[in-house]
Amino acid sequence: MRIKPRIEQKIAQSVLMFFTFIAVLVLVFILAVILKNGLPQLSLEFLSRNPADMGREGGILSTIVATIYLTIIALLVATPLGVGTAIYLTEYTVENRITRIIRFGAECLAGIPSIIFGLFGFILFVNRLKFGWSILSGGLTLAFMVLPTIIRTSEEAIKAVPASYRLVSFSLGSTRWQTVTKVVLPSAIPGIITGIILSIGRSIGETAAVIFTAGSALRMPTSLFSSSRSMAVHFYILAREGISMSKAYGTAAVLVIAILIVNLITYYLMERYIKHRS
Amino acid sequence: MTKIERNERLIRLCLLVVAFSAISVLAVITIFIFEQGTPIMFKYGFKNFLLGQDWYPSEKSFGLFPMIVGSLMVTLGALIIGVPLGLASAIFLTEFSNRRLARILKPFIELLAGIPSVVYGFIGLMFLIPFIRENLGGPGLSVLASSIILGVMILPTVTSIAIDSIRAVPDSFREGSIALGATKWQTVKMVILPAARSGIVAGVVLGMGRAIGETMAVIMVAGNAAAIPDSILAPVRTLTSNIALEMAYASGEHRQALFATGVILFVIIMILNTIANLTSARQKKR
Repeated sequence: MRIKPRIEQKIAQSVLMFFTFIAVLVLVFILAVILKNGLPQLSLEFLSRNPADMGREGGILSTIVATIYLTIIALLVATPLGVGTAIYLTEYTVENRITRIIRFGAECLAGIPSIIFGLFGFILFVNRLKFGWSILSGGLTLAFMVLPTIIRTSEEAIKAVPASYRLVSFSLGSTRWQTVTKVVLPSAIPGIITGIILSIGRSIGETAAVIFTAGSALRMPTSLFSSSRSMAVHFYILAREGISMSKAYGTAAVLVIAILIVNLITYYLMERYIKHRS
Repeated sequence: MTKIERNERLIRLCLLVVAFSAISVLAVITIFIFEQGTPIMFKYGFKNFLLGQDWYPSEKSFGLFPMIVGSLMVTLGALIIGVPLGLASAIFLTEFSNRRLARILKPFIELLAGIPSVVYGFIGLMFLIPFIRENLGGPGLSVLASSIILGVMILPTVTSIAIDSIRAVPDSFREGSIALGATKWQTVKMVILPAARSGIVAGVVLGMGRAIGETMAVIMVAGNAAAIPDSILAPVRTLTSNIALEMAYASGEHRQALFATGVILFVIIMILNTIANLTSARQKKR
């Protein structure tokens, strides 16, 4: 039997709407639960005191500090590499076998699960290079993990700079590098920053790659070589080992709020950037 | 050669070296994982690793078959839940909803792609597990729970990529179809989805990669018994959780066997990546 197109249209539209409703509802539910249970836990004390008694008491200050250090190291390493790669791909070469290999590498790297990064970081940084479980090992592992994101967004940003800008610069007698640093990069900066912020979000939320490289010591990190526990790892341990659900909710709320802020900034920058461009 | 020319050459060389960073990292990761994982596979035989049913590391029995099946099951389950929901949301938001709703919901769904996977796992642990245990039976920690959590987790990825590829279909396609008297749904079904197909497939493959590679969220809700689950309500252990659960205390051959688990995971992911790259390359060509 054939269903009338008009009726089929009605059915399809209702089903699609229903599915969208479910999807949005589930996501709202997750957000609401975390904020509803987590926000009451938040206080100045929670943010400014170190965890005590395995995390049952006290706050999460040392884990916030560790997360920030890890993220900074990751970005310090990944940003020059990623932006450099993007500059080479867009400004210094034409599409050929080498660029295809480079892009293939970046895309494959983007698909590798974080646990594999964790295993790799553990063997290379923790064991072979004898950095031990440390901020340094964790940060470097994260750097490799976010590298493809930075390459891809920087490349898009640099590609979006109009060719006429470069032509004008060349016609004024500047070299390629001068054109890149004085003309291309300044107008590509918002796009590049978007990629960096996106990477901050990924670094903050990462667990599997960090737990085997930075370790899970609750002390305040004092040097690049101190073992330390990031917020995400702390949250995971609190929840999985059932240490304290209220502290877990509190940590989750801080994590989620931090990441939402980071993503909102990204979104805002991208919107402005797109408007600016078109 | 002038000084400027020399500098330019030097810069070009430096950038070339930097540009090889990603592929070098990929190579180094591959080398390390294989170097650590393959010797033990040779020692006890590939077949025993891939098809062995028993995982008793202390008795030198390293059968990964239950974990391979487990990973595939939860990934399939995640796709069954995440893809229809994600795709339906994408179609609805691009073709059926009014602009204002789409303008609010699209960023909202994309923002949620950033929520750490541990948070999804935690929500599963607190709400989904008790719900399944009380209403459907079993321990709650199960294939079903893992599939639902992973499905919800990949939903934002699938939706946002599907939205982008549906938007990339030229409006002239829609207008042509409507002009021929097709309804909106017929246009979606017969014109837009086929035109956006490779982008959607790439999104699904990406989601699949996320699901199969996810570790911490799955550990929290899967139950982690190293046996082939006999129903969707039975606990399950994936390749990723096998590594994460035992890495902290494993040593010697046990640790090597975990790296062997990594090798298998790595190979599966690379196959998926290659498929995704090929499909997106094909779309670019068109």
